[in-house]
Amino acid sequence: MKTRAEQCTAWLLAGISTLSILSMAGIVLFLLLDGLPFFRDHSPAEFLLGLHWYPTDEPMEFGILPLMAGSLAVTALATLMAVPVGVATAVYLSEVAGPGVRRIVKPFVELLAALPSVVIGFFGMVVVAPFLQEYLGASTGLNLLNAGCMLAFMSIPIICSVAEDAIHAVPGALREASLSLGATQWETIWHVVLPAAGSGIGTAVMLGMSRSIGETMVVLMVAGGAAVVPSSVFDSVRPIPASIAAEMAEAPFHSEHYYALFATGIVLILFTLVFNAAAFRMAEKNRSGADC
Amino acid sequence: MTIKSFILGALMALCAASPAAAASSITINGSTTVLPIVQKSAEHFMASYPDISVILSGGGSGTGLKSLLDGITDVAMSSRDLKPSEQRLAAGKNMRLVRTTIAVDALVPVVSPKNPVTDLSLEQLRDIFAGRITNWKDVGGNDGAIVVVNRDNSSGTYECWKELVMKDARVMPGALTQASNGGVVQNVATNPNAIGYIGMGYLNATVKSLSIGGVRATAASALARQWPLSRELYLFTSGTPAGGTAKFMDFMLDPRLGQQDVLKAGYVPIAK
Repeated sequence: MKTRAEQCTAWLLAGISTLSILSMAGIVLFLLLDGLPFFRDHSPAEFLLGLHWYPTDEPMEFGILPLMAGSLAVTALATLMAVPVGVATAVYLSEVAGPGVRRIVKPFVELLAALPSVVIGFFGMVVVAPFLQEYLGASTGLNLLNAGCMLAFMSIPIICSVAEDAIHAVPGALREASLSLGATQWETIWHVVLPAAGSGIGTAVMLGMSRSIGETMVVLMVAGGAAVVPSSVFDSVRPIPASIAAEMAEAPFHSEHYYALFATGIVLILFTLVFNAAAFRMAEKNRSGADC
Repeated sequence: MTIKSFILGALMALCAASPAAAASSITINGSTTVLPIVQKSAEHFMASYPDISVILSGGGSGTGLKSLLDGITDVAMSSRDLKPSEQRLAAGKNMRLVRTTIAVDALVPVVSPKNPVTDLSLEQLRDIFAGRITNWKDVGGNDGAIVVVNRDNSSGTYECWKELVMKDARVMPGALTQASNGGVVQNVATNPNAIGYIGMGYLNATVKSLSIGGVRATAASALARQWPLSRELYLFTSGTPAGGTAKFMDFMLDPRLGQQDVLKAGYVPIAK
Protein backbone atom coordinates (compact mmCIF):
# COMPACT_ATOMS: atom_id res chain seq x y z
CA MET A 1 0.00 0.00 0.00
CA LYS A 2 1.48 3.33 -1.09
CA THR A 3 1.27 6.31 1.17
CA ARG A 4 -0.44 9.47 0.01
CA ALA A 5 2.89 11.26 -0.34
CA GLU A 6 4.29 8.48 -2.50
CA GLN A 7 1.27 8.60 -4.75
CA CYS A 8 1.57 12.37 -5.11
CA THR A 9 5.24 12.04 -6.04
CA ALA A 10 4.39 9.39 -8.61
CA TRP A 11 1.77 11.64 -10.22
CA LEU A 12 4.11 14.61 -10.13
CA LEU A 13 6.90 12.68 -11.83
CA ALA A 14 4.50 11.31 -14.42
CA GLY A 15 3.29 14.84 -15.09
CA ILE A 16 6.81 16.16 -15.51
CA SER A 17 7.81 13.40 -17.89
CA THR A 18 4.66 13.98 -19.95
CA LEU A 19 5.66 17.64 -20.20
CA SER A 20 8.70 16.82 -22.32
CA ILE A 21 6.62 14.59 -24.61
CA LEU A 22 3.97 17.30 -24.91
CA SER A 23 6.51 20.01 -25.74
CA MET A 24 8.08 17.75 -28.39
CA ALA A 25 4.64 17.09 -29.86
CA GLY A 26 3.86 20.80 -29.72
CA ILE A 27 7.03 21.72 -31.58
CA VAL A 28 6.41 19.13 -34.28
CA LEU A 29 2.80 20.25 -34.64
CA PHE A 30 3.85 23.88 -34.92
CA LEU A 31 6.49 22.95 -37.51
CA LEU A 32 3.91 21.04 -39.55
CA LEU A 33 1.31 23.82 -39.32
CA ASP A 34 3.76 26.40 -40.60
CA GLY A 35 5.63 24.15 -43.01
CA LEU A 36 2.91 22.18 -44.78
CA PRO A 37 1.11 25.23 -46.30
CA PHE A 38 4.18 25.57 -48.52
CA PHE A 39 3.11 22.47 -50.42
CA ARG A 40 -0.19 24.05 -51.50
CA ASP A 41 1.66 25.90 -54.27
CA HIS A 42 4.78 23.80 -54.68
CA SER A 43 5.25 20.11 -55.31
CA PRO A 44 7.48 18.10 -52.95
CA ALA A 45 9.50 16.94 -55.96
CA GLU A 46 10.28 20.52 -56.99
CA PHE A 47 11.19 21.29 -53.38
CA LEU A 48 13.39 18.27 -52.70
CA LEU A 49 15.03 17.96 -56.11
CA GLY A 50 15.28 21.60 -57.18
CA LEU A 51 18.84 22.83 -57.68
CA HIS A 52 18.26 26.52 -57.02
CA TRP A 53 17.44 28.28 -53.78
CA TYR A 54 16.28 31.82 -54.61
CA PRO A 55 13.44 32.42 -52.13
CA THR A 56 13.28 36.20 -52.57
CA ASP A 57 14.11 36.66 -56.26
CA GLU A 58 11.66 37.00 -59.10
CA PRO A 59 10.73 34.29 -60.04
CA MET A 60 11.12 32.56 -56.68
CA GLU A 61 12.78 29.16 -56.65
CA PHE A 62 12.69 26.82 -53.66
CA GLY A 63 15.02 23.91 -54.45
CA ILE A 64 16.68 22.51 -51.33
CA LEU A 65 18.75 19.76 -52.94
CA PRO A 66 21.96 21.83 -52.55
CA LEU A 67 21.06 22.50 -48.89
CA MET A 68 20.42 18.82 -48.18
CA ALA A 69 23.62 17.89 -50.01
CA GLY A 70 25.47 20.44 -47.88
CA SER A 71 24.06 19.02 -44.66
CA LEU A 72 24.83 15.43 -45.60
CA ALA A 73 28.32 16.31 -46.88
CA VAL A 74 29.41 18.11 -43.69
CA THR A 75 27.92 15.34 -41.55
CA ALA A 76 29.62 12.58 -43.54
CA LEU A 77 32.98 14.35 -43.48
CA ALA A 78 32.70 15.10 -39.75
CA THR A 79 31.75 11.48 -39.01
CA LEU A 80 34.62 10.19 -41.12
CA MET A 81 37.03 12.20 -39.01
CA ALA A 82 35.35 11.90 -35.62
CA VAL A 83 34.62 8.15 -35.51
CA PRO A 84 38.21 6.83 -35.68
CA VAL A 85 39.44 9.46 -33.22
CA GLY A 86 36.48 9.11 -30.87
CA VAL A 87 36.47 5.32 -30.79
CA ALA A 88 40.27 5.11 -30.51
CA THR A 89 40.18 7.53 -27.57
CA ALA A 90 37.45 5.43 -25.95
CA VAL A 91 39.47 2.22 -26.39
CA TYR A 92 42.58 3.90 -25.02
CA LEU A 93 40.75 5.31 -22.00
CA SER A 94 38.97 2.11 -21.01
CA GLU A 95 41.43 -0.59 -22.10
CA VAL A 96 44.93 0.80 -22.22
CA ALA A 97 45.39 3.90 -20.07
CA GLY A 98 46.29 3.57 -16.42
CA PRO A 99 43.95 5.11 -13.84
CA GLY A 100 46.23 8.16 -13.44
CA VAL A 101 46.23 9.06 -17.16
CA ARG A 102 42.55 8.31 -17.38
CA ARG A 103 41.80 10.69 -14.53
CA ILE A 104 43.50 13.51 -16.41
CA VAL A 105 42.49 12.78 -20.02
CA LYS A 106 38.83 11.96 -19.51
CA PRO A 107 37.79 15.34 -18.03
CA PHE A 108 39.52 17.10 -20.93
CA VAL A 109 37.59 15.07 -23.49
CA GLU A 110 34.40 15.90 -21.64
CA LEU A 111 35.39 19.55 -21.46
CA LEU A 112 35.53 19.54 -25.27
CA ALA A 113 31.82 18.71 -25.25
CA ALA A 114 31.15 21.73 -23.07
CA LEU A 115 32.83 24.18 -25.48
CA PRO A 116 30.14 26.55 -26.78
CA SER A 117 29.61 26.02 -30.52
CA VAL A 118 30.07 29.71 -31.22
CA VAL A 119 33.60 29.48 -29.81
CA ILE A 120 34.39 26.54 -32.08
CA GLY A 121 32.89 28.48 -35.01
CA PHE A 122 35.02 31.48 -34.15
CA PHE A 123 38.12 29.29 -34.02
CA GLY A 124 37.25 27.90 -37.46
CA MET A 125 36.77 31.38 -38.83
CA VAL A 126 39.89 33.11 -37.57
CA VAL A 127 42.38 30.25 -37.28
CA VAL A 128 41.41 27.38 -39.59
CA ALA A 129 40.05 29.42 -42.52
CA PRO A 130 43.20 31.54 -43.09
CA PHE A 131 45.29 28.38 -42.68
CA LEU A 132 43.32 26.56 -45.39
CA GLN A 133 43.64 29.58 -47.69
CA GLU A 134 47.36 30.04 -47.19
CA TYR A 135 48.73 26.52 -46.94
CA LEU A 136 46.28 24.31 -48.79
CA GLY A 137 45.44 26.77 -51.57
CA ALA A 138 41.70 26.84 -50.97
CA SER A 139 40.04 29.79 -52.71
CA THR A 140 38.13 30.38 -49.49
CA GLY A 141 38.78 28.91 -46.07
CA LEU A 142 35.07 28.90 -45.27
CA ASN A 143 34.30 25.55 -46.83
CA LEU A 144 33.21 21.95 -46.43
CA LEU A 145 36.56 20.83 -44.99
CA ASN A 146 36.61 23.55 -42.34
CA ALA A 147 32.99 22.88 -41.29
CA GLY A 148 33.65 19.12 -41.26
CA CYS A 149 36.68 19.56 -38.97
CA MET A 150 34.83 21.83 -36.57
CA LEU A 151 31.82 19.48 -36.42
CA ALA A 152 34.17 16.54 -35.86
CA PHE A 153 35.58 18.48 -32.92
CA MET A 154 32.09 18.74 -31.48
CA SER A 155 31.06 15.14 -32.02
CA ILE A 156 34.30 13.48 -30.83
CA PRO A 157 33.45 13.87 -27.10
CA ILE A 158 29.94 12.47 -27.64
CA ILE A 159 31.18 9.51 -29.66
CA CYS A 160 34.02 8.95 -27.20
CA SER A 161 31.97 8.94 -24.02
CA VAL A 162 29.11 6.81 -25.39
CA ALA A 163 31.58 4.35 -26.96
CA GLU A 164 33.56 4.22 -23.73
CA ASP A 165 30.44 3.25 -21.79
CA ALA A 166 29.78 0.48 -24.32
CA ILE A 167 33.34 -0.83 -24.09
CA HIS A 168 33.21 -0.61 -20.33
CA ALA A 169 30.03 -2.72 -20.32
CA VAL A 170 31.78 -5.61 -22.09
CA PRO A 171 32.01 -8.35 -19.42
CA GLY A 172 35.50 -8.86 -17.99
CA ALA A 173 35.13 -12.61 -18.42
CA LEU A 174 35.28 -12.18 -22.20
CA ARG A 175 38.63 -10.36 -21.99
CA GLU A 176 40.04 -12.90 -19.53
CA ALA A 177 38.95 -15.79 -21.70
CA SER A 178 40.63 -14.24 -24.72
CA LEU A 179 43.84 -13.46 -22.85
CA SER A 180 43.96 -16.91 -21.32
CA LEU A 181 43.75 -18.42 -24.80
CA GLY A 182 47.00 -16.66 -25.57
CA ALA A 183 45.69 -13.61 -27.44
CA THR A 184 47.68 -10.40 -26.98
CA GLN A 185 45.98 -7.29 -25.56
CA TRP A 186 45.75 -5.82 -29.06
CA GLU A 187 44.13 -9.01 -30.43
CA THR A 188 41.72 -9.04 -27.50
CA ILE A 189 40.67 -5.43 -28.17
CA TRP A 190 40.35 -5.94 -31.92
CA HIS A 191 38.70 -9.39 -32.02
CA VAL A 192 36.79 -9.54 -28.75
CA VAL A 193 36.11 -6.20 -27.05
CA LEU A 194 35.25 -4.09 -30.11
CA PRO A 195 32.86 -6.65 -31.69
CA ALA A 196 31.17 -7.15 -28.30
CA ALA A 197 30.71 -3.41 -27.92
CA GLY A 198 29.73 -3.04 -31.60
CA SER A 199 26.14 -1.95 -31.24
CA GLY A 200 27.03 0.49 -28.47
CA ILE A 201 29.66 2.04 -30.71
CA GLY A 202 27.02 2.20 -33.45
CA THR A 203 24.80 4.18 -31.08
CA ALA A 204 27.72 6.50 -30.39
CA VAL A 205 28.25 7.10 -34.11
CA MET A 206 24.56 7.79 -34.73
CA LEU A 207 24.36 10.25 -31.83
CA GLY A 208 27.47 11.97 -33.14
CA MET A 209 25.93 12.26 -36.62
CA SER A 210 22.70 13.59 -35.23
CA ARG A 211 24.72 16.23 -33.37
CA SER A 212 26.53 17.20 -36.56
CA ILE A 213 23.51 17.47 -38.81
CA GLY A 214 21.57 19.64 -36.39
CA GLU A 215 24.42 21.96 -35.44
CA THR A 216 23.70 25.51 -36.56
CA MET A 217 26.20 28.05 -35.29
CA VAL A 218 29.33 26.32 -36.53
CA VAL A 219 28.05 25.76 -40.06
CA LEU A 220 26.62 29.27 -40.20
CA MET A 221 30.04 30.65 -39.36
CA VAL A 222 32.45 28.41 -41.26
CA ALA A 223 30.67 26.51 -44.06
CA GLY A 224 30.67 29.53 -46.38
CA GLY A 225 27.01 29.45 -47.32
CA ALA A 226 27.10 28.71 -51.05
CA ALA A 227 23.89 26.95 -52.08
CA VAL A 228 25.57 24.45 -54.40
CA VAL A 229 26.05 20.69 -54.41
CA PRO A 230 29.73 20.38 -53.41
CA SER A 231 32.18 18.64 -55.74
CA SER A 232 35.32 18.95 -53.58
CA VAL A 233 36.10 19.43 -49.89
CA PHE A 234 37.25 22.97 -50.70
CA ASP A 235 33.80 23.98 -51.97
CA SER A 236 31.60 26.13 -49.78
CA VAL A 237 28.33 24.58 -48.70
CA ARG A 238 25.14 25.72 -47.06
CA PRO A 239 23.72 23.15 -44.66
CA ILE A 240 20.00 23.38 -43.83
CA PRO A 241 20.35 24.81 -40.29
CA ALA A 242 22.62 27.63 -41.55
CA SER A 243 20.11 28.54 -44.23
CA ILE A 244 17.22 28.68 -41.76
CA ALA A 245 19.19 30.69 -39.22
CA ALA A 246 20.40 33.23 -41.76
CA GLU A 247 17.04 33.86 -43.38
CA MET A 248 14.38 33.31 -40.73
CA ALA A 249 14.79 36.59 -38.89
CA GLU A 250 13.71 38.73 -41.81
CA ALA A 251 11.43 36.47 -43.81
CA PRO A 252 8.03 38.23 -43.75
CA PHE A 253 5.54 36.43 -41.49
CA HIS A 254 3.37 33.88 -43.38
CA SER A 255 5.03 34.63 -46.71
CA GLU A 256 6.03 31.88 -49.09
CA HIS A 257 9.64 32.23 -47.97
CA TYR A 258 8.54 31.77 -44.34
CA TYR A 259 6.60 28.59 -45.14
CA ALA A 260 9.50 27.30 -47.23
CA LEU A 261 11.90 27.74 -44.30
CA PHE A 262 9.56 25.78 -42.04
CA ALA A 263 9.26 23.07 -44.69
CA THR A 264 13.08 22.90 -44.71
CA GLY A 265 12.87 22.54 -40.94
CA ILE A 266 10.59 19.52 -41.37
CA VAL A 267 13.17 17.91 -43.65
CA LEU A 268 15.88 18.58 -41.06
CA ILE A 269 13.85 17.09 -38.23
CA LEU A 270 13.24 13.99 -40.38
CA PHE A 271 17.00 13.62 -40.83
CA THR A 272 17.72 13.82 -37.09
CA LEU A 273 14.77 11.52 -36.39
CA VAL A 274 16.29 8.85 -38.64
CA PHE A 275 19.67 9.12 -36.91
CA ASN A 276 18.15 9.02 -33.44
CA ALA A 277 15.90 6.10 -34.30
CA ALA A 278 18.93 4.22 -35.60
CA ALA A 279 20.82 5.01 -32.39
CA PHE A 280 17.84 3.86 -30.33
CA ARG A 281 17.55 0.57 -32.24
CA MET A 282 21.23 -0.16 -31.81
CA ALA A 283 21.02 0.63 -28.10
CA GLU A 284 18.09 -1.79 -27.77
CA LYS A 285 20.06 -4.49 -29.55
CA ASN A 286 22.96 -3.80 -27.22
CA ARG A 287 20.79 -4.26 -24.16
CA SER A 288 19.32 -7.56 -25.31
CA GLY A 289 22.84 -8.70 -26.29
CA ALA A 290 24.16 -7.93 -22.83
CA ASP A 291 21.38 -9.90 -21.21
CA CYS A 292 22.12 -13.22 -22.82
CA MET B 1 -3.73 53.18 -18.53
CA THR B 2 -4.12 49.48 -19.11
CA ILE B 3 -2.94 47.88 -22.32
CA LYS B 4 -6.49 47.04 -23.32
CA SER B 5 -7.80 50.58 -23.03
CA PHE B 6 -4.65 51.74 -24.77
CA ILE B 7 -5.27 49.48 -27.75
CA LEU B 8 -8.91 50.49 -27.76
CA GLY B 9 -7.87 54.14 -27.76
CA ALA B 10 -5.46 53.54 -30.60
CA LEU B 11 -8.16 51.76 -32.60
CA MET B 12 -10.65 54.55 -32.00
CA ALA B 13 -8.03 57.06 -33.05
CA LEU B 14 -7.55 55.13 -36.27
CA CYS B 15 -11.26 54.84 -36.93
CA ALA B 16 -11.63 58.57 -36.52
CA ALA B 17 -8.75 58.89 -39.02
CA SER B 18 -8.14 62.51 -38.15
CA PRO B 19 -4.53 63.54 -37.62
CA ALA B 20 -5.33 65.29 -34.33
CA ALA B 21 -6.84 62.17 -32.80
CA ALA B 22 -3.60 60.25 -33.41
CA ALA B 23 -1.68 62.66 -31.19
CA SER B 24 -1.18 60.08 -28.45
CA SER B 25 0.24 57.37 -30.67
CA ILE B 26 1.92 57.11 -34.05
CA THR B 27 1.75 53.90 -36.05
CA ILE B 28 4.70 53.30 -38.37
CA ASN B 29 4.98 50.36 -40.74
CA GLY B 30 7.02 49.36 -43.79
CA SER B 31 10.51 48.73 -45.15
CA THR B 32 12.91 46.66 -43.06
CA THR B 33 15.78 48.69 -44.55
CA VAL B 34 14.42 51.87 -42.96
CA LEU B 35 13.34 50.06 -39.80
CA PRO B 36 16.68 50.16 -37.92
CA ILE B 37 16.84 53.96 -38.29
CA VAL B 38 13.27 54.58 -37.19
CA GLN B 39 13.63 52.07 -34.36
CA LYS B 40 16.55 53.99 -32.86
CA SER B 41 14.84 57.36 -33.42
CA ALA B 42 11.51 56.14 -32.02
CA GLU B 43 13.21 55.13 -28.77
CA HIS B 44 14.84 58.54 -28.43
CA PHE B 45 11.65 60.30 -29.52
CA MET B 46 9.54 58.54 -26.90
CA ALA B 47 12.09 59.46 -24.26
CA SER B 48 11.71 63.13 -25.20
CA TYR B 49 7.90 62.99 -25.67
CA PRO B 50 6.56 60.60 -23.02
CA ASP B 51 2.94 61.41 -23.98
CA ILE B 52 3.37 60.11 -27.53
CA SER B 53 3.97 56.44 -28.15
CA VAL B 54 5.32 55.05 -31.41
CA ILE B 55 3.99 51.68 -32.59
CA LEU B 56 6.54 50.30 -35.02
CA SER B 57 6.55 47.26 -37.28
CA GLY B 58 8.40 46.04 -40.39
CA GLY B 59 6.98 44.02 -43.24
CA GLY B 60 8.40 45.64 -46.36
CA SER B 61 7.91 48.86 -48.33
CA GLY B 62 4.87 47.51 -50.18
CA THR B 63 3.11 46.45 -46.99
CA GLY B 64 3.79 49.83 -45.38
CA LEU B 65 2.41 51.81 -48.31
CA LYS B 66 -0.63 49.57 -48.55
CA SER B 67 -1.34 50.10 -44.84
CA LEU B 68 -1.02 53.85 -45.34
CA LEU B 69 -3.46 53.74 -48.24
CA ASP B 70 -5.85 51.62 -46.16
CA GLY B 71 -5.62 54.15 -43.34
CA ILE B 72 -4.29 51.68 -40.78
CA THR B 73 -0.90 53.32 -40.37
CA ASP B 74 0.16 56.96 -39.90
CA VAL B 75 3.57 56.71 -41.47
CA ALA B 76 4.89 54.28 -44.09
CA MET B 77 8.61 53.54 -44.32
CA SER B 78 9.78 52.88 -47.84
CA SER B 79 13.06 52.23 -49.62
CA ARG B 80 11.49 53.10 -52.98
CA ASP B 81 9.19 55.70 -54.53
CA LEU B 82 5.49 55.10 -55.17
CA LYS B 83 4.63 52.69 -57.95
CA PRO B 84 2.13 53.91 -60.60
CA SER B 85 -0.42 51.45 -59.19
CA GLU B 86 -0.08 52.98 -55.72
CA GLN B 87 -0.37 56.51 -57.15
CA ARG B 88 -3.61 55.52 -58.90
CA LEU B 89 -4.93 53.97 -55.70
CA ALA B 90 -4.14 57.15 -53.75
CA ALA B 91 -5.81 59.30 -56.41
CA GLY B 92 -8.87 57.05 -56.30
CA LYS B 93 -9.14 57.55 -52.54
CA ASN B 94 -8.52 61.29 -52.83
CA MET B 95 -5.37 60.91 -50.73
CA ARG B 96 -2.28 63.03 -51.17
CA LEU B 97 0.77 61.04 -50.09
CA VAL B 98 3.67 63.21 -48.96
CA ARG B 99 7.18 61.88 -49.38
CA THR B 100 9.96 62.87 -46.94
CA THR B 101 13.54 61.75 -47.55
CA ILE B 102 15.17 60.88 -44.23
CA ALA B 103 18.40 59.18 -45.26
CA VAL B 104 20.47 57.86 -48.12
CA ASP B 105 21.35 54.20 -48.32
CA ALA B 106 24.63 53.68 -50.16
CA LEU B 107 26.19 50.31 -50.93
CA VAL B 108 29.91 49.96 -51.49
CA PRO B 109 31.68 47.03 -53.19
CA VAL B 110 34.68 46.04 -51.09
CA VAL B 111 37.80 43.92 -51.64
CA SER B 112 40.86 43.10 -49.57
CA PRO B 113 43.47 45.89 -49.32
CA LYS B 114 45.91 43.37 -50.87
CA ASN B 115 43.86 43.29 -54.08
CA PRO B 116 45.38 45.63 -56.72
CA VAL B 117 41.99 46.27 -58.40
CA THR B 118 40.61 49.71 -57.51
CA ASP B 119 37.84 50.34 -60.01
CA LEU B 120 35.13 48.28 -61.70
CA SER B 121 32.23 49.20 -63.92
CA LEU B 122 28.66 48.35 -62.96
CA GLU B 123 28.62 45.76 -65.77
CA GLN B 124 31.80 44.13 -64.45
CA LEU B 125 30.30 44.00 -60.94
CA ARG B 126 27.17 42.38 -62.29
CA ASP B 127 29.16 39.83 -64.33
CA ILE B 128 31.33 38.98 -61.32
CA PHE B 129 28.33 38.42 -59.06
CA ALA B 130 26.46 36.47 -61.74
CA GLY B 131 29.49 34.19 -62.16
CA ARG B 132 30.29 35.29 -65.74
CA ILE B 133 33.67 36.75 -64.78
CA THR B 134 35.48 34.32 -62.51
CA ASN B 135 39.12 35.40 -62.47
CA TRP B 136 40.59 38.67 -61.22
CA LYS B 137 42.96 38.85 -64.20
CA ASP B 138 39.95 39.48 -66.47
CA VAL B 139 39.31 42.79 -64.69
CA GLY B 140 42.95 43.91 -64.38
CA GLY B 141 43.94 42.12 -61.19
CA ASN B 142 46.19 39.21 -60.29
CA ASP B 143 45.56 35.67 -61.51
CA GLY B 144 43.17 34.22 -58.94
CA ALA B 145 39.65 32.82 -58.76
CA ILE B 146 37.18 35.48 -57.59
CA VAL B 147 35.42 34.59 -54.34
CA VAL B 148 32.02 36.28 -54.35
CA VAL B 149 30.56 37.13 -50.95
CA ASN B 150 26.80 37.70 -50.97
CA ARG B 151 24.29 38.58 -48.27
CA ASP B 152 21.48 36.28 -47.13
CA ASN B 153 18.31 36.30 -49.23
CA SER B 154 16.22 38.08 -46.60
CA SER B 155 18.47 41.08 -46.20
CA GLY B 156 17.45 44.56 -47.35
CA THR B 157 21.04 45.12 -48.45
CA TYR B 158 20.74 42.15 -50.80
CA GLU B 159 17.45 43.55 -52.14
CA CYS B 160 19.18 46.86 -52.83
CA TRP B 161 22.15 45.20 -54.54
CA LYS B 162 19.82 43.12 -56.67
CA GLU B 163 17.87 46.20 -57.73
CA LEU B 164 20.83 48.53 -58.41
CA VAL B 165 23.48 46.11 -59.72
CA MET B 166 22.10 42.74 -60.74
CA LYS B 167 19.00 44.03 -62.57
CA ASP B 168 17.70 40.88 -64.31
CA ALA B 169 20.74 38.72 -63.60
CA ARG B 170 20.98 36.43 -60.60
CA VAL B 171 23.72 36.18 -58.04
CA MET B 172 25.37 32.83 -58.74
CA PRO B 173 24.47 29.98 -56.38
CA GLY B 174 28.16 29.39 -55.63
CA ALA B 175 28.52 32.76 -53.89
CA LEU B 176 29.37 32.63 -50.19
CA THR B 177 26.68 33.94 -47.87
CA GLN B 178 27.16 36.12 -44.83
CA ALA B 179 24.28 37.08 -42.56
CA SER B 180 25.51 40.58 -41.69
CA ASN B 181 27.50 43.55 -42.99
CA GLY B 182 30.10 42.81 -40.32
CA GLY B 183 30.38 39.23 -41.55
CA VAL B 184 31.09 40.42 -45.09
CA VAL B 185 33.80 42.81 -43.84
CA GLN B 186 35.43 40.03 -41.82
CA ASN B 187 35.29 37.61 -44.73
CA VAL B 188 36.64 40.05 -47.33
CA ALA B 189 39.36 41.35 -44.99
CA THR B 190 40.84 37.87 -44.58
CA ASN B 191 40.63 36.72 -48.20
CA PRO B 192 42.68 38.56 -50.87
CA ASN B 193 40.48 37.15 -53.66
CA ALA B 194 37.11 37.98 -52.14
CA ILE B 195 34.66 40.68 -53.19
CA GLY B 196 31.56 41.69 -51.26
CA TYR B 197 29.29 44.66 -50.69
CA ILE B 198 28.29 46.51 -47.54
CA GLY B 199 26.35 49.56 -46.40
CA MET B 200 28.57 52.64 -46.47
CA GLY B 201 28.37 53.01 -42.69
CA TYR B 202 30.22 49.72 -42.21
CA LEU B 203 33.38 50.67 -44.14
CA ASN B 204 36.59 50.39 -42.12
CA ALA B 205 40.32 50.15 -42.67
CA THR B 206 40.41 46.35 -42.99
CA VAL B 207 38.73 46.44 -46.40
CA LYS B 208 39.16 48.58 -49.53
CA SER B 209 36.19 50.20 -51.23
CA LEU B 210 36.12 50.07 -55.03
CA SER B 211 35.21 53.04 -57.16
CA ILE B 212 32.65 52.48 -59.88
CA GLY B 213 33.42 54.00 -63.28
CA GLY B 214 35.81 56.45 -61.59
CA VAL B 215 33.30 57.68 -59.00
CA ARG B 216 34.50 57.24 -55.45
CA ALA B 217 32.13 56.16 -52.71
CA THR B 218 31.83 59.04 -50.26
CA ALA B 219 28.96 60.50 -48.28
CA ALA B 220 29.13 63.55 -50.58
CA SER B 221 28.89 61.55 -53.81
CA ALA B 222 26.06 59.50 -52.34
CA LEU B 223 24.13 62.65 -51.35
CA ALA B 224 24.70 64.19 -54.78
CA ARG B 225 23.36 60.96 -56.30
CA GLN B 226 26.57 60.58 -58.34
CA TRP B 227 27.36 57.30 -56.63
CA PRO B 228 25.44 54.74 -58.67
CA LEU B 229 24.70 52.44 -55.74
CA SER B 230 22.71 54.83 -53.63
CA ARG B 231 19.02 55.21 -53.03
CA GLU B 232 16.97 57.50 -50.86
CA LEU B 233 14.96 56.18 -47.95
CA TYR B 234 11.57 57.72 -47.37
CA LEU B 235 8.80 58.18 -44.87
CA PHE B 236 5.37 58.63 -46.49
CA THR B 237 2.45 60.32 -44.77
CA SER B 238 -1.08 61.00 -45.88
CA GLY B 239 -1.21 64.78 -46.37
CA THR B 240 1.20 67.14 -44.62
CA PRO B 241 2.02 65.60 -41.26
CA ALA B 242 0.32 67.19 -38.24
CA GLY B 243 0.22 66.70 -34.49
CA GLY B 244 2.45 63.95 -33.09
CA THR B 245 3.39 62.75 -36.56
CA ALA B 246 4.70 66.22 -37.44
CA LYS B 247 6.73 66.27 -34.22
CA PHE B 248 8.21 62.90 -35.14
CA MET B 249 9.07 64.02 -38.68
CA ASP B 250 10.83 67.11 -37.32
CA PHE B 251 12.69 64.90 -34.86
CA MET B 252 13.78 62.57 -37.70
CA LEU B 253 15.13 65.42 -39.82
CA ASP B 254 16.91 67.24 -36.99
CA PRO B 255 20.69 67.01 -37.64
CA ARG B 256 21.38 66.64 -33.94
CA LEU B 257 18.62 64.09 -33.23
CA GLY B 258 17.16 61.75 -35.86
CA GLN B 259 19.99 62.24 -38.34
CA GLN B 260 22.45 61.04 -35.69
CA ASP B 261 20.44 57.82 -35.53
CA VAL B 262 20.72 57.57 -39.32
CA LEU B 263 24.49 57.67 -38.96
CA LYS B 264 24.47 55.13 -36.13
CA ALA B 265 22.31 52.74 -38.15
CA GLY B 266 24.96 52.75 -40.88
CA TYR B 267 23.30 55.03 -43.43
CA VAL B 268 24.14 58.48 -44.83
CA PRO B 269 22.37 61.43 -43.18
CA ILE B 270 20.75 63.93 -45.54
CA ALA B 271 21.49 67.09 -43.56
CA LYS B 272 24.96 68.34 -42.82
